Parts: sequence; C-alpha cells; structure tokens
Amino acid sequence: MQTAHPKTDNHIAPLKIYLGTGAALLFLTAVTVALSQISLGGWNVAVALGIATLKASLVALFFMHLLYDKKIYLTVFLISVVFLGVFLILTMFDTMERGTMYEILAEPINPEAVIYQNQPPDSAAPIGQGGH
Amino acid sequence: MNDHSINHPGLAHHFSTPQQQKESAKLGLWIFLVTEVLLFGGLFVAYGVFRAWNPEMFYNAHRSLNVFLGALNTVILISSSVTMALAIRSIQLDDQPKTVRFLIATIILAAAFLVVKYFEYNHKIHLGQLPGKFYTFRGIEGTNPHLFFTIYFAMTGLHALHIIGGMSVLIWLTLKTSRGRFSAEYYTPVELAGLYWHFVDLVWIYLFPLLYLIG
Amino acid sequence: METAIKNNYLNSPRGILSWLTTLDHKRIGILYLASVMFSFLLGGIFALLIRIKLLVPGEFLMSAEAYNRVFTLHGAIMIFLFIIPSIPATLGNFALPMMIGARDVAFPRLNLASWYIYVAGAVFAVYSMVQGGADTGWTFYTPYSTMTTSSVISMTLGAFILGFSSIFTGLNFIVTIHKLRAPGLTWFKLPLFVWALYATAIIQILATPVLGITLLLLILERAFSIGVFNPAMGGDPVLYQHFFWFYSHPAVYIMILPAMGIVSELVSVFSHKKIFGYKAIAFSSFGIAFISFLVWGHHMFTSGQSDLASMIFSFLTFLVAIPSGIKVFNWLATLYKGSISFETPMLYGLSFLFLFTVGGLTGMFLGALATDVHLHDTYFIVAHFHYVMFGGTVMAFFGGLHYWWPKIWGKIYNKTWALVAWLFTFVGFNITFFTQFILGSRGMPRRYYSYPAKYEGLHEISTIGSIVLGVGMLIMAIYLIASLFRGRSAPANPWNALTLEWQTDSPPPTANFAATPVVTGGFYDYDKVSPNPKGDS
Repeated sequence: MQTAHPKTDNHIAPLKIYLGTGAALLFLTAVTVALSQISLGGWNVAVALGIATLKASLVALFFMHLLYDKKIYLTVFLISVVFLGVFLILTMFDTMERGTMYEILAEPINPEAVIYQNQPPDSAAPIGQGGH
Repeated sequence: MNDHSINHPGLAHHFSTPQQQKESAKLGLWIFLVTEVLLFGGLFVAYGVFRAWNPEMFYNAHRSLNVFLGALNTVILISSSVTMALAIRSIQLDDQPKTVRFLIATIILAAAFLVVKYFEYNHKIHLGQLPGKFYTFRGIEGTNPHLFFTIYFAMTGLHALHIIGGMSVLIWLTLKTSRGRFSAEYYTPVELAGLYWHFVDLVWIYLFPLLYLIG
Repeated sequence: METAIKNNYLNSPRGILSWLTTLDHKRIGILYLASVMFSFLLGGIFALLIRIKLLVPGEFLMSAEAYNRVFTLHGAIMIFLFIIPSIPATLGNFALPMMIGARDVAFPRLNLASWYIYVAGAVFAVYSMVQGGADTGWTFYTPYSTMTTSSVISMTLGAFILGFSSIFTGLNFIVTIHKLRAPGLTWFKLPLFVWALYATAIIQILATPVLGITLLLLILERAFSIGVFNPAMGGDPVLYQHFFWFYSHPAVYIMILPAMGIVSELVSVFSHKKIFGYKAIAFSSFGIAFISFLVWGHHMFTSGQSDLASMIFSFLTFLVAIPSGIKVFNWLATLYKGSISFETPMLYGLSFLFLFTVGGLTGMFLGALATDVHLHDTYFIVAHFHYVMFGGTVMAFFGGLHYWWPKIWGKIYNKTWALVAWLFTFVGFNITFFTQFILGSRGMPRRYYSYPAKYEGLHEISTIGSIVLGVGMLIMAIYLIASLFRGRSAPANPWNALTLEWQTDSPPPTANFAATPVVTGGFYDYDKVSPNPKGDS
C-alpha cells in the first residue's frame, strides 16, 4: 500500500514524541512567564521572542511533522517568515530613523496645524518620535 | 489508462495516484498557511512600529492584561495541539472512535480558550480599555494608550476569528469521522485541519509574550 | 474542407449551467476572459472620460469631485479587475495544464471558486460605482480615505474579496506545476511561460495577504476610528503607505511577469529559433519576484519616509533592472538571425520589447531620489506606468490572446484587420502616453482636474492619441468576435510551435490529451525541426 520513500508523508510518530513535545512546550511557557518577571532591560524582548521561537519550532517540527516530511513544506514555510522579516525590517528603517539624518525633517512644518491640536497635554514629541 | 475509479474511489480524475493527490493537498495547505503568516504578519509589523515608538506606554498599558489568564490560554492551546496531533495519530492507526474523542477534546479546549477570551474582553469593555476613539480609561501613563488596545484587539480578535473558523472545521470533521468517512487509507482532511490548528497555536505562541509579557 | 465537428471542451457538455458549474480549467479560463474583458471595457470608458475632460483646462464635462471619482474608478477597475487577473486567470488557466501535459489544475473546484470570488469582488466594485465611487485615487491614501464621504468601504471590500481570487489562483498554479507535470517533464524543460506563472504565483501568495490586512485596517479606521493611521491619535498615515505598497509594488510584477513569459514564447516561436539563455530567463523571473519585495519604499520618497530608508529603497530599486535587462537582451539575442514572421502575435511581442524597454528605462529616473522629487505625482509617473502596464502587459496579453486564439476557439481571425487594429493601438498608445512624459517633466501634476493653459496643447495631443487607441481596441473586439462566428477553422498547430498544447486538437477535447504525453524533446528545439512555411494551412 505504501511505497518505500526515504521521507514519506505517512510517517506515524510514536506517542511519546507528541507527549514529550507538549510537555516541553508547557515547561517553556512557565520559563518565559518567570523570566518576564525579572527585569533584563533591553534583553527581555529578545529572550521572550527567543523562547517563543523555540516553542514555535517544536510545534512546527513535531506537531506539524516538518521534521519527518519532505523538505518542500519547510522551505515554503521558512520563505514566508523571511519575507515577513523583510517587511518588518525595512519598515522600521523608516519609522525608527525619521529625522535622524537631517533633524529639521523631524520637526512639524507647522506646529499650529490642526492635526497637532488634539494631542494629549503630556506629549511633547512630534508625531512619529513617540517615546524617544 | 487513467480510470482509477475502480481501485481508488476517492481519486480525482486529474491525479494519477492517491499519493500524488494527498501530497498536492498538503502542499496546497502549506501555501495557504504562508498567506496566513503574511496576514498576521502585517499586524506584527504594526505592533513593532507602535511599540518602538511608545515603549513606556506599551509597558504601562500591558499591565492591565492578566498574565495568569494569558498563560492559562497558552496552556489550553498547547493542550489542544496535543489532542489534535493525537487525533491524527489515531486515524493513522485506523482507530475511528479514538479519533473522534481526541477531536472533541480539541474542540472543547478551543471553546475554553474562547471563554477565557470572553472574560478578558468583557473586563476591558467594562473599564473602557478599547481601541481608538472608544478608549475612555484613565490610569495608564503615556501617550495614546488606546494604540496598545487597538493592536491588542486587532491581533487577538483576528486570532479568535481563526479559532472559531477552526472549530467549525473540527466539528465537521468529528461528524464525518464518526460516520466512517476517514480511515488509515484516507484521512487527508483531518491532517490538513491539524496543520491549520497547529498554526493557530503557533500564532498565539508569539502573541502571548508580545502582549502579556512585555518585560 | 469541413470535417464533422468533434466533441471538444466548448460544445460538450452543453448549456449555461454546465459552464457555470464547470471544473474544466479551459472553460474557467473563458469565464475569466469574458469577465476580464468586460472590466477592461469599463475601465477603458473611464479612461476616455478622463482624457476628454482634460481637453479643456477648466470646468468641462464633469465637476472636479466627479473627476476624482472617475480617475479612482479607472485605476481601481483596471488594476484589481483587469490587469492582475488578466494573463494568469485567462491564458494561464487555459494553457498551463496543457503545457505541462496535465489534465487539469491541481484543485479544479478551487479554480471555479476563484472565478466566483472574482465576480463577487466585481459586484462590490460596481456597487461602489453606483454609489458614486471613491474619490481617493486607487491607492486609498490616509488620512483622506478615512475622512472622505465617498464610498470607500464598498470599494475596498471589493478589492479585499478580489485578493482571495488572486491568492487561490496562485496557490493552484504552484501546486499544479510542482505535482502534475507529465512524465519526463523536468524543471528545466518547462516552457518559460510556466516559469513566469510560477514566479507570479509566489508573489500572489506572499504579497496579497498584506493587502488584505491593509484594507481591513483601513476599513476599521474608517468605520471605528481605531487610530492607527491618524496622527492626531498617535497613528501614522505613512504606515498605511508601507502596508499598501508592500503589496502593490510586488503587484506590478504580478502584472508584468506573466507578460514576459508570453513574450518568451512568442519570440521563440515566431523567430522559429531556440530561445537564447533559457536558464537565465527562467532564473531572472525568480530574481524579479524576489527583488520586487525589497523596493516598495520608492513610492514613498516624498511622503516623509526617513532618508535612510529612502536611500536603501533607491539602491534596491536599481537592482531590479538587472534581471529585467537580462530578459530583454536574451529576447533580442533570440531574434538575431532568426527566421522572423510578422504574424499578429509577433507584432504585439515586438511592441512589448520596445514599449516595455521605454517604460523600464523611465523607471530609472524615478528610482533616483533627486529626480523623483521633481517627477513624483506628475504625468511622468502616469506615462511610466502606462508604458510598462499597457505597453508591456496589455500588449503581451493581446499577443498571447492572438497566439492562443486558434487553440481556444478553433477559429482564426482576419489577419488584415488584426494588422489594422495593431497599427491603431501602437500609434494611438504612443501618442497618448509619450506626450505625458513631456507633460510630467514640465510640471503637470497627476490627478489634477484643471491646469494652466500652457499644458493645453499637449493634453489635446494626448487625448487624440487615446481616441486612436480606443478605435484600435474597437476594431480588435469586432474582428475577434466575428471570428467566432465566421472565422475559418484553425488547424491544431497554425504557428508550428513545439509546446504541448499545440500537439492536441484546436479546440482541445475536454480531457486535453487522448493519452498522457511523454516529454522527450525540448520545447525550443527549433533547430532540430525542419523549417516550415509560415502561417496556417
């Protein structure tokens, strides 16, 4: 019924793979909650995302069978992540760097303009410079 | 030459073998998941931009989220992924009754997730912690705190819609399995639904730290 | 000599219901063809309205508010309803499975659903029109689009729905090309049109969902003022532009890549010569698809984007010229010392080479930051994109339509009238749009209702050109439709081409082939085939 492929889509994983992955995911959840309670400065984001990526990899490789299946599915999925990264990074090159090369461009052209009238009283920075 | 209907009743006329048909379906679903990555991805970009512009506000605003409930939902969703994976494993082993039980377990866990979300949303509506012009809460320091809640509701809302969609598919699958539609010979829809479900779990794995665990 | 008409995909099964419930990729291609041509007509009417209005610098024909709606509808209909589905959903649907020796696409029901979704999106767009249309420009830029009273939501909902149609087509094609190739058809034996459709499908899959989320956020902003694009609420209107162009720039490559695929076929068949640089052309399609995702900020040089981002995007924009140039030079090398026949499809193929090159080169002025500051939002831009979209994609689409017409219908059109139509089209197009390069570089802004008297002469010339172009389109419509009723029967292979679809009847049987083809030779091996007399029998 089943031809002998080196990698076949019909691989049946042993029970302990699924239960083990589930346990690992629960453990990592506890870890990430615990670490978020400790202040690590700028590293909090990186650590949280790192653990999330580790969890996501476990889900993808074991639950979604990417470890056992043909490479095409993994390739397709990774490509989407790469392009999401491109979207994020190039957008942030704009939003994080406005007015950094020529400061005058960061100032509003007309501070009396209507769009600035509804700003909450404690916002001192012009639009796009947020919490800097 | 191409008439396989005698040997393989489920084989469509344009495929040569059931294996080819199954692999095509699976590739098709993975490509669909790619579109989902980019769909949610847009909201992640919006999150990135607004959080980078308003780091303190995001920190202050996120404290109104209940970490326990978020973690509980994470546990619920991970468990539902386990039950989903076990459902697929069961049908691979031709055990229809077990498959049905695991599918039902997945559906119940999904419903539990939505119940928790309902309580969270309700609390925020009550306090006025809402997106955009509906925001009326006082007590979060920082500029434009409504932005956080816009992002929060957009991301978790889109995610919840996907859970609801997934649940409908799972209910349909449960009914079909209990009527003997699937077996170890043919279970492609169950497998595809499983991939979709794990993806929904995957999105939450990122939503949870980004929204609930801001350092 | 008329033989008895065999059963083919057109005449069996019979009846409208059999067409509306068909799972045959060929019939679905025809359903799309009808819808897409209707959209082209609609968009074209709006174009003529624009050009007629612009004959007069001041108030004429319509109010300024109406004018805003007319150019918005022209753009939105042409882009979302016509050009994006045009080649993939019509010619791609028809020819792709046959070119790879398959019986159908991977997911025939999804294919039919894709067409119905298209129709649903079109209904929303027409509804929006009836409500007066949007007046924001097809780009729906915030903050105007969130504040204007025109019917933005119905138009954007239409575009949102149409996005799914595009995604499903792309998904179907990728799986079809991966899984349903005939025995012996390895990747590097595939026709270049197939490579082009594959690269296009990748863009459709990756980019269109971002349009989806963009339009969703726009609708929420408009309906519920969520604030993401509103600077008064801490949002950012330029963020909308990032979201919008992340899709819309790759979208223009969804438009051009299939066209380039057609040109690869035409240039080889009608020079009766092996395509030069097969692998380079194949890989360049992927190169274009990849780089297309890296350049969207070049639409935003004057929007307040950071200088660093602008510089990065400008640099990356110049990169995309490289794979495009590779294609053009390979096509030219194919023509060189070829046995060229000037059949109708080839006229359009050659037009593409010239007009796309002009359009592409003018893109270089726009990719350079300093010149773009002056040229942005002028008629220079309008001319640039019409050269690549019309002079490029639409010309190639016409070329493909005339190439596959005998296969699709089993009829041949009147070639003299085809030549006349081509002449009107080519001449009319250039008069219309070359003038606009001049208008733009002299400062005439786009989307403006009225203008200073000094531009009047050029506008008049451009409008005359558009009427000539319209006449060309009309003649084409007439002889093509006439061919269905009075055309001579076409043989299986009127062009002596080598790809698989020509090895079956015109029109093909429903199952495409009597037996699954086994591929041994190459599809461009014209050097191994004895030279044949040109034309059909």
